[in-house]
Amino acid sequence: MDLLKILAIIGSGALLVVVIELIRRGRLKERYSLLWLLAGAVLLVLSSSRGFLEYVSRMVGIFYPPSFLFLIAFLFLLLITLHFSVVLSSLSERSKKLAQELALVREELENLKRSGLDSGK
Amino acid sequence: MKILIIVPAFNEEASLPGVLRDLREQMPSADVLVVNDGSEDSTSRTARDRGVKVVDLPFNLGIGGAVQTGYLYAAHQGYDVAVQFDGDGQHLGTEIEKLLKPLEEGVADIVIGSRFLAPGAYKAPLFRTLGIWIFSVVLSRILSTAVTDSTSGFRAANRKAIEFFAGRYPDDYPEVEALVLSHKAALRMTEVSVAMRERTAGKSSITPLRSVYYMTKVLMAIFIDLLKKVR
Repeated sequence: MDLLKILAIIGSGALLVVVIELIRRGRLKERYSLLWLLAGAVLLVLSSSRGFLEYVSRMVGIFYPPSFLFLIAFLFLLLITLHFSVVLSSLSERSKKLAQELALVREELENLKRSGLDSGK
Repeated sequence: MKILIIVPAFNEEASLPGVLRDLREQMPSADVLVVNDGSEDSTSRTARDRGVKVVDLPFNLGIGGAVQTGYLYAAHQGYDVAVQFDGDGQHLGTEIEKLLKPLEEGVADIVIGSRFLAPGAYKAPLFRTLGIWIFSVVLSRILSTAVTDSTSGFRAANRKAIEFFAGRYPDDYPEVEALVLSHKAALRMTEVSVAMRERTAGKSSITPLRSVYYMTKVLMAIFIDLLKKVR
């Protein structure tokens, strides 16, 4: 077993453990953890079997297998940040809607209070 | 015809009294709604003291979110026409009638008040003039109708347009982008020539230095809007 392989296994294994632990403690919602879990699992599989890694690297025309590992990790990061941008957009749209609804409801409430006071006199 | 005048205001305590007096004198039959966009000064108090309707946004949404709040109000309360009227004092109450006419005649859903239709009527800094010219060329092609003043925030909308904007209004460069989205929603728009005043207080958010950067971003936003699915 070469050092690179050991490091790769430790790295992807640690990623999985950290993600699972965060979910367990309720610090990470399942919805946002799926991509991380998938990334950890795929990287773990690729790094634990040298033969398999070499096989798939050759297949896509990459002659230095570790760089295939980097490619996969990079693609996952790209996917995860894109996912974040989508989530962020929907959150900002929601917070805008909430602010608008809150402002309108408050105006309506003030009107109600005022008309209630007037009729109470 | 129930008319709502939407006045988006962010820290406009200085110019708001003049604006509201102007509106009361020129448009006594219309309702005025000041949308206080999370101001840190006494914008809300100033408007309330003058007896107009006020909604207070809990934090600053920007002009797009503020104007949309006005359209939501107009949609909920059953207004037939909504007029966008800036709180900084650059729009004139006397000009509102001109915006309403095409709506009354039923020839347009959205009417834009343009400073540039009357030649030589308005002097803008060189960079701004150039930017506005480029927008007008690009937009006129896209909208297949001549638009000379796409950044004008002086507009009127009929019920159909009110309902569309209540559900969908752009955030980033709302004046320009709203036109593209309305076009995609098959709303009819037209421009009328209006006079505008130089701003009475506060300063423009667009400085000459930022003009080119701003223009590039707006053009990109326009093309992104073209990709959007509308309804």
